[in-house]
Amino acid sequence: MKILIVDDFSTMRRIVKNLLRDLGFTNTDEADDGNTALPMLKSGKYDFLVTDWNMPGMSGFDLLKAVRADEQLKDLPILMVTAEAKRDQIIAAAQAGVNGYVVKPFTAATLKEKIEKIFDRIH
Amino acid sequence: MSDSQNNQPGLDPEVTEKLEQQTSELAESVNAGDYAKAMSIINELSDVRDQSLYQEVGRLTRSLHEAIRNFQIDPRSAEQQEALSKMSDASDRLNYVVEMTNQAANRTMDLVEESMPLAHTMRDEAIELRDEWQRLRRREMAPAEFRELYGRIDRFFVSMTADSDVLYRSLSEILLAQDFQDLTGQVIQKVTGLVKEVEENLLSLVVMAGHVDQLTGTIHDIEEKEESAEKGVGPQVKAEEREDVVSGQDDVDDLLSSLGF
Repeated sequence: MKILIVDDFSTMRRIVKNLLRDLGFTNTDEADDGNTALPMLKSGKYDFLVTDWNMPGMSGFDLLKAVRADEQLKDLPILMVTAEAKRDQIIAAAQAGVNGYVVKPFTAATLKEKIEKIFDRIH
Repeated sequence: MSDSQNNQPGLDPEVTEKLEQQTSELAESVNAGDYAKAMSIINELSDVRDQSLYQEVGRLTRSLHEAIRNFQIDPRSAEQQEALSKMSDASDRLNYVVEMTNQAANRTMDLVEESMPLAHTMRDEAIELRDEWQRLRRREMAPAEFRELYGRIDRFFVSMTADSDVLYRSLSEILLAQDFQDLTGQVIQKVTGLVKEVEENLLSLVVMAGHVDQLTGTIHDIEEKEESAEKGVGPQVKAEEREDVVSGQDDVDDLLSSLGF
């Protein structure tokens, strides 16, 4: 299971990386915005994407749409982990095809629950 | 425009008196068929209007200057230069806060990442020793195995003492890494004070400018700038006071399940 973590803050990437490791996912890479993430996704054979929303350059929402529009990537499971808390935004993300939405600040248990839920649905 | 002018406070009593007097004179002249006089009264009337307008604009311009001066952003005097540097100082201070919190977060995570494997090893070894110990109590252990267990327990005590010392030191260093809160708290309070001051002055400036606009009939074509929700707006500070914002993960889950997710 290869996972890409996208967040502009290195501390948040590190937290997510640690939590994922505790859940048994040790094969993770990091990117600091959508522009960096997209080429990595296209060439890297990732199984799962965890992304923030608000980032300089390409936002997580644009990344979500770009992934869903890409023939090769469109089925990639995506979990958003973000401070964006407007109802409209959550609805927009759902409509754009996000698989899970975790609002910051979050707990390890929440992250675990959402990831498991996503994998349950896929398998 | 006419509405807002009617609402204008403080037309000079002298001006209003003159207005009333000239209006009745104007009516009289028109009634009497003296149009030449009527025309000259109308000219006088417009002079009165212009004069009062100039006076009002002059008064507001002075207040405007005063308000701008309160901003202390005119860098001509040494005192005002200091105030200006207070502003750029504020962004330096906030950068300092970002730097400090970043350092503390990374220091804490370094220590946590060092400590976690120690806790894991301790736990794993304790579990294995417990199983062995149970075997011993059930008398399932051969003498050679027991001698092996004996040595293992000894080594476990030694490593547990050393590892818990390391854990303790890490925990107290994590504690110390939180000292940034004191420093960043003070810095943020200072900047908040400055922002408040600027806010108040800005508000009176806006009120003044609004007055001038009303008097001169200026209408600004200002486009409403809305935060781009697509780009992301960051954390919501007063989430509990807002209807359009979720208050936590439970809210998000409810919303998504109401959408059929």
